[in-house]
Amino acid sequence: MTITKNTENGMLTLALEGRLDTNTAPELEKEIGEDLTVDVQTLILDLKDLEYISSAGLRVLLASQKKMNKQGNMVIKNANDMIMDVFQVTGFIDILTIE
Amino acid sequence: MKEIVVEATIESIPKVTAFVDEQLEQLECPMKTQMQVDMAIDELFSNIAYYAYNPETGSATVRVEVTENPLAVVITFIDNGVPYDPLAKEDPDITLSIEERGIGGLGIYMVKKTMDDVSYEYKDGQNILRIKKNI
Repeated sequence: MTITKNTENGMLTLALEGRLDTNTAPELEKEIGEDLTVDVQTLILDLKDLEYISSAGLRVLLASQKKMNKQGNMVIKNANDMIMDVFQVTGFIDILTIE
Repeated sequence: MKEIVVEATIESIPKVTAFVDEQLEQLECPMKTQMQVDMAIDELFSNIAYYAYNPETGSATVRVEVTENPLAVVITFIDNGVPYDPLAKEDPDITLSIEERGIGGLGIYMVKKTMDDVSYEYKDGQNILRIKKNI
């Protein structure tokens, strides 16, 4: 997985490319752990080039959403069909903000 | 029928995925279906890697078979570890609020929801987990 980050005015955007699964989820967890400082008010996860997500990836999204609920908001963008199905099936569609 | 034998560790998951994807591509499997199968491999093989031989390691076999009418792929995961039926776990409550939400059991639940058939048996000292996905 490749993570491209961009920060501006309290908005952190992480664009994910590849697969968010057992082997790659720790990379995202580490990135978010390092970059999600208290001055980040908005976290945007751009999933345009993300092929699929497994429960290991959902775990990181859930932890990030919980953290952002305390300091601002988190938005998921451009999720593909397969990923939207996963959000639907798991009820994540109700706890995440998806654009 | 084709099969691959690998070490039951999470580092083997990309190898298993590539092996299965190769078979799916020959069947001109739609991309979304392929991604669902890859997700199922990640969930099931990581379970084997974490629980089957813990704290030791061992091997796991992944077998791919194609059935016709309807066209489907059947993937079987076999290990010689401790008996463990991941399907016996109760489905998670997916209506809980974010604060009450955990992630336990979600992976297997996703597999059950996206595959056309999932079955488990323990036979001759082997955990045999089988998924079927129509193409």
